[in-house]
Amino acid sequence: MGVREHILELQDVCITLNRQAIVEINRTIKAGEVLTVMGPSGSGKTSLLAYIAGFLGSAFQASGRIVIDGKDVSELPAEQRKAGLLFQDPMLFPHLSVGENLRFGIPQGDTNKQELVMCSLQEIGLAGYADRDPGTLSGGQAARVALMRLLLSRPRVVLLDEPFSKLDATLRSEIRLQVFERLRKAGLPTILVTHDAADAVAANGQVFQI
Amino acid sequence: MAAEVYNKLTMLRWASPVMLLLLAIPVGIGLLMVLLPAFGFMPAIGGYEFTLAHWRDLFGVPGIVRSILLSLLAGIVTPAIALAVVFLFMASASATGLDRWVRRFVSPLLAIPHAAAAFGLVFMIAPAGLLARLISPDLTGWDRPADLLIVNDSYGLAMIAGLVIKEIPFLLLVAITVLPQLNPAQRVSMARSLGYGPSVAWLKMVAPGLYPLMRLPLVAVIAFASANVDVALILGPTLPPTLSVRLLGWFGDPDLSMRFMAAAAALLQLGVSLLAVVSWLLGEKMVSKFYRLWVRSGNRLGGDSAIFFLGRTLLPAALVVIGGSMLALFLSSFSLSWRFPHALPASWTVQHWVDAIPGMGTPVFNTLIIAAVSTTIALVLVVGSLEFEQRSDRKQSSAMWLLYLPLLMPQVVFLFGMVVFAEFFYWQPNLWLVIFGHLLFVVPYVFLVLSEAYRRLDPHWSQLAAALGASPSKTFWRIRIPLLLAPALSAMAMGIAISASIFLPTQLLGAGRIATVTTEAIALASGGSRSTIATWALLQSLLPMLGFLVALFVPKILWRNRIGMQEG
Repeated sequence: MGVREHILELQDVCITLNRQAIVEINRTIKAGEVLTVMGPSGSGKTSLLAYIAGFLGSAFQASGRIVIDGKDVSELPAEQRKAGLLFQDPMLFPHLSVGENLRFGIPQGDTNKQELVMCSLQEIGLAGYADRDPGTLSGGQAARVALMRLLLSRPRVVLLDEPFSKLDATLRSEIRLQVFERLRKAGLPTILVTHDAADAVAANGQVFQI
Repeated sequence: MAAEVYNKLTMLRWASPVMLLLLAIPVGIGLLMVLLPAFGFMPAIGGYEFTLAHWRDLFGVPGIVRSILLSLLAGIVTPAIALAVVFLFMASASATGLDRWVRRFVSPLLAIPHAAAAFGLVFMIAPAGLLARLISPDLTGWDRPADLLIVNDSYGLAMIAGLVIKEIPFLLLVAITVLPQLNPAQRVSMARSLGYGPSVAWLKMVAPGLYPLMRLPLVAVIAFASANVDVALILGPTLPPTLSVRLLGWFGDPDLSMRFMAAAAALLQLGVSLLAVVSWLLGEKMVSKFYRLWVRSGNRLGGDSAIFFLGRTLLPAALVVIGGSMLALFLSSFSLSWRFPHALPASWTVQHWVDAIPGMGTPVFNTLIIAAVSTTIALVLVVGSLEFEQRSDRKQSSAMWLLYLPLLMPQVVFLFGMVVFAEFFYWQPNLWLVIFGHLLFVVPYVFLVLSEAYRRLDPHWSQLAAALGASPSKTFWRIRIPLLLAPALSAMAMGIAISASIFLPTQLLGAGRIATVTTEAIALASGGSRSTIATWALLQSLLPMLGFLVALFVPKILWRNRIGMQEG
């Protein structure tokens, strides 16, 4: 994976619901940096992620610009924004095998898809798992596959929606370290939404309180 | 962004308006086209001026008042009994093993065509039926079939029984589909912690919330029961028959001038069905007053054991009757000699089936082609409009209730008008007209089965796919369709079952010239031999059953190595 430096700018972003501003933010997140967004539930953390990814519900209005690598993407449909997502659950597509899950996100032009899948499985210690049913993976394994699937889709920014909250305590710090390390290595600007102050500490970057 | 995205959705955005217009316009035209001939205007057969003469003729027909009352009675009593049985069952058996067991049988039972169930009931309860054989001569002392008018009784009780056993699975399916919105387990536990018995708790806390959600399907049941033709032809009274059967007779009369009176009768039928609905709604007001008093009374245990007993016996009994009816058909279709009062045939044969084979070709082919084409069109329209709803992130349009219009109106009335309309333009009855007629009934059921599952699918799946760079169409084909395969196949099975079992659209729009398994089976009602009737009625249930088997097993086989795809 070629490392390219990406940069995410949120310029005067303002999300409103029923004419009431719920999030106002103006930040720049550089390559490999993590911006942690914290706030009580219902405060609009997830709406901010949805807006950046391109899924904001029609009940909301938003203004401002999302700029990735100097290009305004606010008007682009979700699939062209290249904003990778991780949710609470790993959400591996249950009807596809582990390998097919990884393949799903690899950009069309790639000719060596099979090789990429094999290498990345090896990288996360799951060599030989390509044909496995994702339903048979442990929580930690599934989380690693989900992260790898995201990286293989070559995102330009990454959005994390409380991705560690469902993991048990021992697994949580381990997976958290792996995720941040890989995102940093890949030079991806990241936004992390969380309730957990320990996540913010581990992310070791700016914190935005809603 | 909006403009750009919507441009790509152009094709999809038409799905829902096209679907609604396709359903609402024919029904509207159908109703209008009954109006004109009912008042004497129908140039094609020489009616050039408006007159009330045909209404005078209609009310001069002997026994017309009795026919009206029969239709009205069936329209009100059928939903009342079916609803009571379903509610008592849910009150007494929610979340038990019995509940899970019954749920498994709902769809296949729903797949049994009305006509087949009605024939089965005849073979079950008639004086020479399975039931009488099982208890004769030990309990009854009959060694020959008793001379009793059990089916075709003059009050229409057998007909109502036939309607009730078919509407119970329908109402149960509707109730099961909407129930999760109400959080029933939580409500019942809350009430039980306050000292209410479990069944009383369900009736007092869940039923009042569930009923309003079932009002529309209940109106459909009223419309169907008050105007049905196929069940009435098989089980209903004959002297006089119900209004719907008589109007169909006049409509098919070789003397074309009878068409005018038939149109007046169709309009009258609409009035009778409306009256049944209005009476139901008035009755609902009265019942709800008393019901509220009972809910408020604070009585916690009164009647709990009675409800428990009734709830756990009535609905299973109804299911047993349907099962027994099918068994009776099966036995008859393979029996060579079966003398009363033997419970089983003395000798067996496959001759009835062999004899039926030469005549099966065309009807089976027609049934399959009509079912396949109408279900495919319906699936495309329904999935298209649901997919548009998803992609454009729009709420369900308030016009969506129009979708159910063909179910809320008495079929015989607007189909009649559609035929008049076709004749107006000298369109010959043909297969496409019949397929179009089937579409009116297939679309609402396909939508009913598929829409909940489609809307309930976690939106995160599609968001994730898009975030991984998948286009909306890749997301649709690779993610949404596979994840929704099971409900989509159920919807398909439902569409096929509905198409394979409906009688009137084929009969009227095909002018009796397009034979399906259903029209053939019903034609046998008067004059076919017992074994022939049984063979055709079974054949009629077999086709829908195949659809449901496919829907049940294909996902199981396809996803056998995918834990996450197996349903709890």
